[in-house]
Amino acid sequence: MAINIWKYASPQAFFPLAGKLAPWFLALAGVLGAVGLYIGLLVAPSDFQQGDAYRIIFIHVPSAWMSMFIYFVMGVASVVAVVWRIKLAEVVAMQSAPIGAAFTCITLVSGSLWGKPMWGTWWTWDARLTSELVLLFLYLGVIGLYHAFEDRRQGARAAGFLAIIGVINVPIVHFSVNWWNTLHQGSTINFFGTSKIAADMLWPLLVLTLATKLYYVASLCRRARADLLALEGNKAWVHELVAPEVAP
Amino acid sequence: MTGSWQAFLAMGGYAAYVWPAYAVFLAVLLGDSLVPTLHRRRIVRELRAQLVRQAARQEAARAAPAVEPGAAAAPSRSP
Repeated sequence: MAINIWKYASPQAFFPLAGKLAPWFLALAGVLGAVGLYIGLLVAPSDFQQGDAYRIIFIHVPSAWMSMFIYFVMGVASVVAVVWRIKLAEVVAMQSAPIGAAFTCITLVSGSLWGKPMWGTWWTWDARLTSELVLLFLYLGVIGLYHAFEDRRQGARAAGFLAIIGVINVPIVHFSVNWWNTLHQGSTINFFGTSKIAADMLWPLLVLTLATKLYYVASLCRRARADLLALEGNKAWVHELVAPEVAP
Repeated sequence: MTGSWQAFLAMGGYAAYVWPAYAVFLAVLLGDSLVPTLHRRRIVRELRAQLVRQAARQEAARAAPAVEPGAAAAPSRSP
C-alpha cells in the first residue's frame, strides 16, 4: 500500500492514469446502463396508480441525484483549487460543470415530461422545480464565468468562487420537498429507513444510479485529459505526446 | 409477439411522455461523450501544427548562418 496517490495530482501523472481508467468506467457504465434500462422498461411491473408513466423515474431520479452530486464534487474541487491552487483541482471543478449541466437538463426535461400526464402541467414554480432550475443557472454561470477570462487559470479561480457560493443551493434542492409544500412528491428512496418503492422497481433505479456515477467519472477523466493538453501546451511532456518527431 | 411489442411501445398510453424522456437521456449523454473526443482532437491538431511550425522556424534559423557565412556574426531576425 505504498502507492503515493498524491503524485497523481500532477497533470503529467494524472493524464495516463485517466486515459487507462476512462474506457473501463465508460464500458461499465454502458453495460450497467443497458441492464438498468432493460429491467426498468421490460421487467419492472407497471405502477398501480401511474401505469407505465412512472418508468420515467429510472432516468429522472438518477439524473437528479447526479445533478446534485456533481455540483457537490465541483464545490469541493473548487475549494481545493481556490485554497491550494492545485491545477488538477481546477480542471476537475471546471470540467465537472458541463457534465452536471447535462444531467440537470435531463432532470428538468424528464421531470417536465413526467409532470404533464401526472400533474397536468409541464411546469410549476414549486420549491423543488425552481431550485433545480437555479442549479442549472449556477452551472451555466460557472461555465460562462470560466470562459469569460483570457487566462484559463484566472477564469477557473473566479468560477471556483461562484461554484463554492452556489453549493448552498444543493441542500435547498434536496430538502425542498420537506421544507415547503411542493407539488413534487417527497423522497421515494430512503437510505437510512424504509423506501417507499417495491423491490423490483428499486433495482433498476439503483443500477442506473451506479451507471450514471460511472459515466460521470469516465466523462470527467476524458474531459480532463483534453483540457490538460491545452493547459499544459507549453510543457515538454505534452510536446513529447503530440509531436514526438519535433520535440527537443 | 407483435402484440406485446406494440404494448411495449405504447407504454400503457404514456408513450408520448416516456419515450421522449428516454430519448433525451440517451441523446444528451451521447452528445456529452462526444465532446471530449472532438475537443481533444482539435487541441492535438492545433498544438501539433504550432510545434511543427516552431521546429521549422528554429531549423531555418540554424541553417541561415551556414548559407550566408558573412551574416553569422550578427544573426538577424528575419520578419
